[in-house]
Amino acid sequence: MSTGNMNLTLKVWRQKNNNTKGALVDYKLAGISPDMSFLEMFDVLNEDLITKGEEPVVFDHDCREGICGMCSMFINGRPHGPKDLVTTCQLHMRSFKDGDTIVVEPWRAAAFPVVKDLTVDRSAFDRVIAAGGFISVNTGNAQDANNLPIPKMQADAAFEAAACIGCGACVATCKNASAMLFVSAKISQLALLPQGQPERYRRVQSMVAQMDAEGFGNCTNTGACEAECPKGISLENIARMNRDFASAKFVSEETV
Amino acid sequence: MSGFGNALSSSIGRKYVMGVTGIFLILFLIVHAGINSLIFLDDNGLTFNVGAHFMATNWIIRAGEYILFLGLLVHIYQAINLTIQNKKARPQTYAVYNGSANSKWYSRSMGLLGTLLLIFLVIHLKDFWVVSRFTGIPTVDANGHEDLYAVMREKFQDPVRVAAYVLLMISLCYHLLHGFASAFQTMGWNHSKYNGIIKGASVWYSIIISIVFALMPIAVYTGLIN
Repeated sequence: MSTGNMNLTLKVWRQKNNNTKGALVDYKLAGISPDMSFLEMFDVLNEDLITKGEEPVVFDHDCREGICGMCSMFINGRPHGPKDLVTTCQLHMRSFKDGDTIVVEPWRAAAFPVVKDLTVDRSAFDRVIAAGGFISVNTGNAQDANNLPIPKMQADAAFEAAACIGCGACVATCKNASAMLFVSAKISQLALLPQGQPERYRRVQSMVAQMDAEGFGNCTNTGACEAECPKGISLENIARMNRDFASAKFVSEETV
Repeated sequence: MSGFGNALSSSIGRKYVMGVTGIFLILFLIVHAGINSLIFLDDNGLTFNVGAHFMATNWIIRAGEYILFLGLLVHIYQAINLTIQNKKARPQTYAVYNGSANSKWYSRSMGLLGTLLLIFLVIHLKDFWVVSRFTGIPTVDANGHEDLYAVMREKFQDPVRVAAYVLLMISLCYHLLHGFASAFQTMGWNHSKYNGIIKGASVWYSIIISIVFALMPIAVYTGLIN
């Protein structure tokens, strides 16, 4: 890694736990390399804080390859920062300028309570998945894959929906903290494939009911979620979920 | 059994209600703009008064008026409801929020634009609807019809009113610009073969309707028509 030459001012949200009030705290950083990832820059900050005997900033991260969906920082008013189609771990300091002030906040939503500092509890997403984001395969061997012909376009659309890593950027950026993009992606990846058909209309009802119970907001079709999604999940998924929900509630005889 | 009530009280169901009532109001605006455009015939409002007379006396239209008010009230009620829920979904707001990076300002300001329209509507209904339905139109035209056109001419002599009407048509334009296409998305009508048509129709509809409405007070005030 090249020697750093960037000087930055960070304004980082510090919050002890969900029962205490948090506040933005200023930190000066010197000698930051433009080749560092945003999280590596935070590692430098934390090393600094530990050396000084202060408490390091708690933030979520895992793979640092842009595929796990753990990192979750709201950077200068945007989830995962200023670049499109990247997660925070894949955002590099060259996307900022020497002397910049960078404001870093946690995802903010009633359904995502702050655990500490920049870490929020996203288990609401797990409960939405548990409500119906699966297919039931009760017994038997896997059948030959070619027994289920799937048109290429359909398979591609399902795959694109399945690219959702569940990071929650859609909720974070939505002015209503709505989870419609996440839930619709998880519904669509199954609704588009033959294996998802038996439970299709039960699934959409259960998952939407769980989404509402978790206290996410309502969709107003601003399109912010699609624009900020690091995986480029499309608004078409939301329309598909809306269609399926109508079919389930007004046409299907199965009630959930 | 989970009935329709259950469906309509869910987050998606509430959005259907917004979409359906929105589309209904969009259709109403076409009728309203169409009939009002009769003033542009510049025949001293004779044809316009015939249209106004028909709208005021035909029983189907009168029945439709109740449905229109119902649709409007449901649209407003549900909007307030959704807004309250949405505020609750983010109790702690961001210190820095860069909305313009990912969405259009008017798509994020439907509540504000809608509130402006509601204020306009109160003034507008007081100006014309209350006069034609309740307090009575004072004069008759050459055909013996109640002269609503004369009321319009009198109201639009006031430059403040004319300016207010025109400015509020701008908020109508932006409200429609988001609402029209948004209603289709909410109903699930998103299809690669039709999305271009929906978007085009949305833009043209919003601009044309707003301009037609804005031209009425302008034309009367400036004497383009008399």
